[in-house]
Amino acid sequence: MRKPFAITLDPGSSLANHTGSWRTLRPEYLDRLPPCNNACPAGENIQAWLFQAESGDYEAAWRSLVQNNPMPAVMGRVCYHPCEGACNRAQLDSSVGINSVEHFLGDEALRRGWKFDPPAAPTGRKVLVVGAGPSGLSAAYHLARLGHAVEIREAGPMAGGMMRFGIPKYRLPRDVLDAEVRRILDLGVKLTLNAKVDDVMVAKQEGGFDAVFLAVGAHIAKRAYIPANEAAKIMDAVSVLRGMEGADKPLLGRRVVVYGGGNTAIDVARTAKRLGAEEAMIVYRRTREKMPAHDFEVQDALEEGVLIKWLSTIKEAGEGAITVEKMELDAKGVPQPTGEFEKLEADSVVLALGQDVDLSLLDRVPGLEIADGVVKVGANMMTAHPGIFAGGDMVPAERTVTVAIGHGKKAARNIDAWLRGGTYDPGPKHELAAFDKLNAWYYSDAPKTVRPMLDLQKRITSFDEVVLSLDANTALFEARRCLSCGNCFECDNCYGVCPDNAVVKLGPGNRFRFNYDYCKGCGVCAAECPCGAIRMVPEEI
Amino acid sequence: MSFQPVKFYQTGTFTVGNRLLPDGERSVQSTVRRHNSLNSGHRACQGCGEALGARYAIDAAMEVTGGQLIAANATGCLEVFSTPYPETSWQVPWIHSLFGNTAAVATGIAAALRVKGREDVRVVAQGGDGGTTDIGFGCLSGMFERNDDVLYICYDNGAYMNTGVQRSSATPPAARTATTAAVGSTPGNTFGQGKDLPAIAMAHGIPYVATATVSELRDLEAKVRRAMEFRGARYLHILVPCPLGWGHDSSLTIRMARLAHESGIFPVFEAENGEVTGVAKIRRQVPVEEYLKPQKRYAHLFSPRPNEDVIRRIQAQADRNIRRYRLLQDS
Ligand SMILES: Cc1cc2nc3c(=O)[nH]c(=O)nc-3n(C[C@H](O)[C@H](O)[C@H](O)COP(=O)(O)OP(=O)(O)OC[C@H]3O[C@@H](n4cnc5c(N)ncnc54)[C@H](O)[C@@H]3O)c2cc1C
Ligand SMILES: Cc1ncc(C[n+]2csc(CCOP(=O)(O)OP(=O)(O)O)c2C)c(N)n1
Ligand code: SF4
Ligand code: SF4
Ligand code: SF4
Ligand SMILES: [Mg+2]
Repeated sequence: MRKPFAITLDPGSSLANHTGSWRTLRPEYLDRLPPCNNACPAGENIQAWLFQAESGDYEAAWRSLVQNNPMPAVMGRVCYHPCEGACNRAQLDSSVGINSVEHFLGDEALRRGWKFDPPAAPTGRKVLVVGAGPSGLSAAYHLARLGHAVEIREAGPMAGGMMRFGIPKYRLPRDVLDAEVRRILDLGVKLTLNAKVDDVMVAKQEGGFDAVFLAVGAHIAKRAYIPANEAAKIMDAVSVLRGMEGADKPLLGRRVVVYGGGNTAIDVARTAKRLGAEEAMIVYRRTREKMPAHDFEVQDALEEGVLIKWLSTIKEAGEGAITVEKMELDAKGVPQPTGEFEKLEADSVVLALGQDVDLSLLDRVPGLEIADGVVKVGANMMTAHPGIFAGGDMVPAERTVTVAIGHGKKAARNIDAWLRGGTYDPGPKHELAAFDKLNAWYYSDAPKTVRPMLDLQKRITSFDEVVLSLDANTALFEARRCLSCGNCFECDNCYGVCPDNAVVKLGPGNRFRFNYDYCKGCGVCAAECPCGAIRMVPEEI
Repeated sequence: MSFQPVKFYQTGTFTVGNRLLPDGERSVQSTVRRHNSLNSGHRACQGCGEALGARYAIDAAMEVTGGQLIAANATGCLEVFSTPYPETSWQVPWIHSLFGNTAAVATGIAAALRVKGREDVRVVAQGGDGGTTDIGFGCLSGMFERNDDVLYICYDNGAYMNTGVQRSSATPPAARTATTAAVGSTPGNTFGQGKDLPAIAMAHGIPYVATATVSELRDLEAKVRRAMEFRGARYLHILVPCPLGWGHDSSLTIRMARLAHESGIFPVFEAENGEVTGVAKIRRQVPVEEYLKPQKRYAHLFSPRPNEDVIRRIQAQADRNIRRYRLLQDS
């Protein structure tokens, strides 16, 4: 080729120059563990289902949600959402309304009649689940999906456990509960009602079960000694709430006093209001800050006119009246009596002091370890007796529906492994995507969407549901507030900001790849990834 | 602003792309069809802001002109790191001239195109702050004054980086360079000197003047697009942090540009026919220290002990920019 004057070489592209050899640090894509996922007692992959909900693909979102939790419509109503407490977005404005999106997805699935993916091929193994509360239902669901034959035996006349006989209708409408239970049974799970298991060893043997999951909950109301005359009407919270499910509603009178400071006390007081009590008063021995009930529940109750008498204990119950003693917190925060008394009118007193577990069905199981009235289990949810697993309120843990559902899942996966002669290995946990791993500058301000509430008058005169669902628009908006902590959401930043074009875009859903031939290891991509899905690691030289 | 952020999106649109955005609302840089006008294999330092800014700007120009573009390039890092004979990283018709005459060369190209009736082909001239504010200033002012049909892009890294970080008339006060040592009673570059080139360009009354940084890609692209809607002389001044000359970690290039904007040190605005028509508001205001501290060229302001007096003067300059350009949200 003839070249111009003084030109001796053909022009070439700089692509011949592999600048990757300059690198001392290498960028790598990774998935970090979002704090919400880390906090979810049911082990939901929240970030992943929000990611799907963000594109409006609610069915895909729901399908990924139910891989871990079969009851999103229930969860969206009763879960105390520790995920939101851990959400990184709280450090920007306020946490993502995870629970309200879950609520919407759960309802959407019921409206559209989405069914679970069909179970795996039958394994020929039989598992007995004792108790059709959330823990038992969850275990049954996961075991069925894994291909095992499952029978649930339930002492009561209906499934649901405390979700039906504890949590009032105005928080969890029964058609929602029924529909989510039905969907689990549709997987082929056998449910036998009115079938209390008195001796689990016998039941296991007679039924030819290969393993058992116990989830009998905690149903025996704790009592407190209160001197009372015969005419005094003293009841316990569990019976009152259970009575709400029958034809004859409990008769509580015009003035109802509820004794205790947990969520159950709140539920009873709000129920009493709805049953027509003129006055529903909670008597609690400590202060609002120390109350185990959640703040938002206390708030709802106060709005509905429930009265709360702080720092008080009941000394005596008589006909139509009780005597309370004023308490004082000592230096350690323990309430101490003051000797000051007060008389209050009360047609009935409901004790909401917690529940114990009825462990009689375990009397003949050898080798069990029982402490503080609950059954000890290992990390695999198995009791000290091989093949007998347990979860939910009857084992040492926080007592919530979500924990119970999480136990059910964990037990099911371990039972499956145990039946196959192995151990369940969930794999190592990813490192946490803490807030300092994010580049939050990229996220625009977006205030949280709150769920609409039923108007106050309707709230105190009916058992209609109080907290209503988001609609498709508001749910979409709320899902999009998620920062996608630790997991690439395909924002294209790394692809855009690399000064060396060393990031290859692989197309929707496929994320990105580094071209190490040209990446100089500057670290700009890692610094500018909004969600912390890139890290720099020393290059081996 | 010619760029409207989409509200309440998962991340607004402050990110480069976002899978949820319709195609038309995505930045050029987020697409796989982007031109990569400045291709891989160039010899710019790790984390070079100038390489990034140049690809952002020229890719955007290529997109709006449908690839009908010729670029003239002054001597400086951008030319040296991209085109060591016989290789080049440029994937556009590209002409290297001298350190000081790019504006004149571009004027010539534009004139030639006009004569040939090829007004579909557009011309950009580009150079560093030294080539623009110092040695090329006469040619540039002439180009403005004649209103030649050229978009001139200045990549401002605040010194003559290519030859070893000597001071230019765009070097900020107090910055240490090879020729403004951090010694004596007023260490680093002096206050009260230098040129505010965007303001000088506006004073020429040319159709379009804008500033941008590599931290706000969408804003930058929108400005290139807007510039190409005009005929005549246009000027785009892009702040491009330089890890070598500024002495910050190579990973912080975009962050430094962001802090320059969010502290008020570098006002981001656009002007038509000499009048400001839009400013990029500060979203999360930061004190100038946050911008100064990661840069070794300002290390003398913080050790052995903080030089409060000088920091205050720099803050006062930032505050003046904030007032002058109304950079705060509610101003
Ligand atoms: C009033 C109230 C409100 C609550 N509100 C909430 C809330 O809003 N959110 C939340 O997360 N948690 C709440 N909880 C706690 C939550 O309901 C429980 O932690 C959860 O239901 C425990 O699930 P489980 O499956 O272990 O037991 P349970 O739900 O108690 O279910 C156990 C089931 O086993 C059955 N059973 C018992 N013994 C036998 C036997 N021998 N044979 C066969 N079946 C048997 C029972 O009939 C029952 O159906 C509330 C609890 C109460 C009491
Ligand atoms: C007339 C002339 N004088 C001096 C030089 C040497 N020289 C080459 S690039 C450069 C500085 C470039 O600085 P700037 O324009 O700011 O670009 P940067 O390298 O910082 O991007 C100098 C002084 C030259 N090429 N020509
Ligand atoms: S922002 Fe999203 S991923 Fe991050 S903690 Fe909150 S819900 Fe989870
Ligand atoms: S921005 Fe580009 S060159 Fe820098 S580390 Fe990331 S991939 Fe490598
Ligand atoms: S910068 Fe954006 S596209 Fe790149 S890894 Fe992070 S989230 Fe994904
Ligand atoms: Mg320069």
